[in-house]
Amino acid sequence: MMAEAFSLSQSLGIAGPELIMAVGAMVLLMVGVFAGERSTQIVTGLAVALVVISGLWLVVVTPTGVAFGGSFLLDPFARFMKVLVLIGSAFAMVMSVGFASRERFNRFEYPVLMVLSTLGMMIMVSAGDLIALYLGLELQSLAIYVLAAINRDSVRSTEAGLKYFVLGALSSGMLLYGASLVYGFTGQIEFQAIAQAATAETRSIGLVIGIVFVLAGLAFKISAVPFHMWTPDVYEGAPTPITAFMAGAPKVAAMALMVRFTIDGFQNLAVDWQQVIVFVSIASMAFGAFAAIGQRNIKRLMAYSSISHMGYALVGLAAANVSGVRGVLLYMAIYLAMTVGTFAVILAMRRAEGSVEEINELAGLSRTNPVMAVALTALMLSLAGLPPLAGFFAKYFVFMAAVEAQLYGLAVIGVLSSVVGLYYYLRIVKVMWFDEPAAPFEPMAPELRFALGATALFIFPVYLVVGGTVFNAAEAAARTFF
Amino acid sequence: MEVGLGHYLTVGAILFVTGVFGIFLNRKNIITILMSVELILLSVNINFVAFSAFLNDLVGQVFALFILTVAAAEAAIGLAILVVFFRNRGSIAVDDVNTMKG
Repeated sequence: MMAEAFSLSQSLGIAGPELIMAVGAMVLLMVGVFAGERSTQIVTGLAVALVVISGLWLVVVTPTGVAFGGSFLLDPFARFMKVLVLIGSAFAMVMSVGFASRERFNRFEYPVLMVLSTLGMMIMVSAGDLIALYLGLELQSLAIYVLAAINRDSVRSTEAGLKYFVLGALSSGMLLYGASLVYGFTGQIEFQAIAQAATAETRSIGLVIGIVFVLAGLAFKISAVPFHMWTPDVYEGAPTPITAFMAGAPKVAAMALMVRFTIDGFQNLAVDWQQVIVFVSIASMAFGAFAAIGQRNIKRLMAYSSISHMGYALVGLAAANVSGVRGVLLYMAIYLAMTVGTFAVILAMRRAEGSVEEINELAGLSRTNPVMAVALTALMLSLAGLPPLAGFFAKYFVFMAAVEAQLYGLAVIGVLSSVVGLYYYLRIVKVMWFDEPAAPFEPMAPELRFALGATALFIFPVYLVVGGTVFNAAEAAARTFF
Repeated sequence: MEVGLGHYLTVGAILFVTGVFGIFLNRKNIITILMSVELILLSVNINFVAFSAFLNDLVGQVFALFILTVAAAEAAIGLAILVVFFRNRGSIAVDDVNTMKG
């Protein structure tokens, strides 16, 4: 709130991790320019170091508080989500090192853009008003539009960039139109002030339209149905490390924004936005599950899989209570781990003649590369939500929250669509273990081995040990709003 | 006739809808899509400035300035991607953006 004393040095301290990223990105750009085209490896290494430093600064040094007169918040919720965003970005950067040099699109702008996009996500997570929300979202998206088209000699990459740009710009427009209505009908742009202005008595139809437009814009960023049209094409067309990046951290940040906007800004009008979230959630879960069945390209399959996972995460948000928000946070943490691991395998699917993306190319992986096959099997079963893997706990907590909020129908549809989802995940497992082996892949690069090992061990068995800690952290983060 | 808030909002809404239709109904040229995007952002600006004047609150105008700045960056990036696409595909017709089916 505005009441707190506003001091610049205090504000800068709270925004410390973001300042490190912003200044670091410019330094990296200078390093890249002066060291020439061959500096990609160095710049990527420095970018990872920058993300790690910023993360440590966030966890160890930065105090919790409100900065810049309420525009920028660092509460337990923001801290939790920012740590997830930074972990997701760091893994995506690490995984891109080898790919860029093998595919010969060594450009130093690429890690710099990733850093800028991560900065945008951190601002999104910490946004305390509509301006910060918009600026963070645009910084994140504009960097990713360029990243999607970064392989500028490839028709598919540039087409992915163009499609993402056009639909992304449309979604920003919808979000802004909604923001203008919210501003007009409440007279406020700060979420806390909006929460006080928007009560059941002052509710007007214009305000509800505004909320729906903003939610539509955000739903686009997390690729929830009916705003998912871009996802399969952009996932397929963009270079694979970029897809790995897009599938992880930006989704976490956009989901954080969605939680912040609905729970922090419009808790009093929960009945109005709950129906929208319930509809989007059901549509995403069901569409993602059924549309993935016929896919042959594994990147497209992951696109549909992420659509349905966003639907499951929204189940928690629809509950609009503390266990629901906690469920969303846990879901995003586990989703991030599973996505990073799966994309490490997709990046490792390459032979001497180049990368392959068809699911059939995984045939007989259990005989040609048993370790990779076991890890991918664990990841697939976890994505499907089988116990005792981490993916099961993620789904369990959001469905329990829905039951607690008496959204029985939503929980039942969620369970049914995970059964449908199980089919296409098991198809990959079947191809790996029971089909005649295809030609073996090249040995996995060390950075991919690290990413795959870390995430596969996290979903099982490490999560069983640290699950309690993660749960408590998510609980504390969710308590921010209640 | 007094021009009130409602009139400004109506203009904003009409521009917004024109922009959205421009994106979806246009089957010819991607440049038209970029123009439609600008139209949407301008309609939002009209809304913000109208509300700002109506509420006697400056924040809306500040927001409009931020939107203008970001819109310029967005247009630059959009045109850059379009140029790269044109180099590869040799066309900027909407119907030619179809290498991947989705």
